Amino acid sequence: MKKIRCALIGSGNIGTDLIYKIQRSPVLEPVWMVGIDPESEGLARARSMGLKTTAEGVDGLLPHVMEDNIQIAFDATSAYVHAENSRKLNELGVLMIDLTPAAIGPLCVPPVNLREHADKLEMNVNMISCAGQATIPIVNAVSRIQSVGYAEIVASLASKSVGPGTRANLDEFTYTTSNAIEVVGGARKGKALAIINPAEPPLIMRNTIYCLTDEAPDEARITASVLEMIKEVQKYVPGYRLVNGPVFDETPKGHRVSVFMEVAGLGDYLPKYAGNLDIMTAAATRTAEMFAEEILAGKIKLQAMEVA
Amino acid sequence: MSASSLKGRKVILHDMCLRDGMHAKREQISVDQMVKVATALDGAGVPYLQVTHGAGMGGNSLQHGFAPHSNEEYISAVASRMKQAKVSVLLIPGLGTMRELQSAYDCGARSVHVATHCTEADTSPQHIAFARKLGMDTTGFLMMAHLNDPAGIAKQGKLMEDYGAHTVYVTDSAGYMLPEDVKARVQALRDVLKPETEIGFHGHHNLGMGIANSIAAIEAGAIRIDGSVAGLGAGAGNTPLEVFAAVCERMGIDTGVDLFKLMDAAEDIIVPMMDHMVRVDRESLTLGFAGVYSTFLLHSKRAAERFGVPARDILVELGRKKMIGGQEDMIMDTAMTMAKERGLLKEVAA
Repeated sequence: MKKIRCALIGSGNIGTDLIYKIQRSPVLEPVWMVGIDPESEGLARARSMGLKTTAEGVDGLLPHVMEDNIQIAFDATSAYVHAENSRKLNELGVLMIDLTPAAIGPLCVPPVNLREHADKLEMNVNMISCAGQATIPIVNAVSRIQSVGYAEIVASLASKSVGPGTRANLDEFTYTTSNAIEVVGGARKGKALAIINPAEPPLIMRNTIYCLTDEAPDEARITASVLEMIKEVQKYVPGYRLVNGPVFDETPKGHRVSVFMEVAGLGDYLPKYAGNLDIMTAAATRTAEMFAEEILAGKIKLQAMEVA
Repeated sequence: MSASSLKGRKVILHDMCLRDGMHAKREQISVDQMVKVATALDGAGVPYLQVTHGAGMGGNSLQHGFAPHSNEEYISAVASRMKQAKVSVLLIPGLGTMRELQSAYDCGARSVHVATHCTEADTSPQHIAFARKLGMDTTGFLMMAHLNDPAGIAKQGKLMEDYGAHTVYVTDSAGYMLPEDVKARVQALRDVLKPETEIGFHGHHNLGMGIANSIAAIEAGAIRIDGSVAGLGAGAGNTPLEVFAAVCERMGIDTGVDLFKLMDAAEDIIVPMMDHMVRVDRESLTLGFAGVYSTFLLHSKRAAERFGVPARDILVELGRKKMIGGQEDMIMDTAMTMAKERGLLKEVAA
């Protein structure tokens, strides 16, 4: 079967893990890996896995986009360079999956709104943050049953799984995720908390999701909706598991629904405890696959964009 | 420890009862109560008072509880009435943000504890730099310091100094440390930090060691000491400030505070505010013994009541699982998992 050819930008943990995910895909093929350091371990590994590489950034990739028929690119660099990367590749008709907090395109959580983005043929979609991917499906599972005035999520991450970029810019993570809880999760107000735990052996990623419903919650329907949503996420992240809840209780602030999740990764490049990175790469791959299926079926055709 | 060895040393006291004490009051202190306490402490000469939600900036949440007023309301009300005391705030990156720090500054806060877990100092550079840009007295606050060894604490403290912190704290959030542990960590910091960088100690009284640990910190070179009048704080409370001030006076350590005024504030204002006597009891002693974050105390008692698992069992399990400050959600989670194992709770059918 024909596959859609992809480029990976950024040769760190996320970029490297993406190679494994994309190689397994029936509709995607990793062809290029873009880095900026010729000595980097990520580029060496990519070469050993059969990818072409450049250490000259996106500019090193551009001359090969047409001849190698690259149609989808994943950007796992930083918010600071993403806009420029996206502009250059969109101009050549390459669809951009953004794994940075730049969020210049619409926010995507696959089981919630991927279909919508594919239908609109968006040329740049943003994957929010690991905590966003792990928690927003649950917020949405509640808000699709009853209106949610406030949702709050707590993500606990193993210290070893949190890279220097996230550490130095925790506020960006907080703002991006809080906003997505509202825009994609469907809560009127969102708040995100992150905890970095250094325990050894490293703890598997945990997420707690709290929602305040406007009316007294329909416990049976919300529970069924949450369980159904978990099954949807498990299609691309098998280690997405309900630990406790949903718990329903009355608080001074209103009717609270609490759900306690765990995310174990597949252990491809990053160990299993790093479910946070895995859920990003898996969601990005799932997103690309949806677009790829549409392209292969002839339903959509990517076009070079006129960029003002 | 002889009186003469520390005679003449100057120590800067920092009161926590309007921040750490919020935990002991389930975040329910009114603006009027805050003003009353702060005015008394200002009058007694306490140079720094911390005033916010117990979890600091961004603390109002389902995870940490909602106070009846915003941080801005508390800070403005207190700061506008202080004659000499500076108002400080707590900022834990991942919970609080720079926007909230700016807002606290605008309301009159002039000092900040930027707090991270004792191994995660590198989550604080933007917040420390921003506090310095605002011109605030800036502290890097290494929480749960018993979970990192002296060399590790020194390394983390050095990072915070590099980001711009004026002061680095050894923070015994679990009230677990013994005087030798405190001394080793303060000494390790003193060896690597610039001479002008101050060192502080923040104790909890879960093993009854708050005062002894604070004195040990001073012996090793600390100059700032956190405590709270009448010990109003999480767990068995902070180092009781009026008791500490009395010990300092006996030892000839200069705190600059009026001891009798502090004693009066403790007895006449703060003790009557307490919902429960803040003291070493079975559960708070468990925190200190097992090395668990002091704020977990009341949450664990509530989870115990609801799911029928004793609070002490929950606390010991949280210690075993190495849960750290901010993971209050894991208390209910752990209690539910334990209740299932004990046949007290049913699994949701998947």
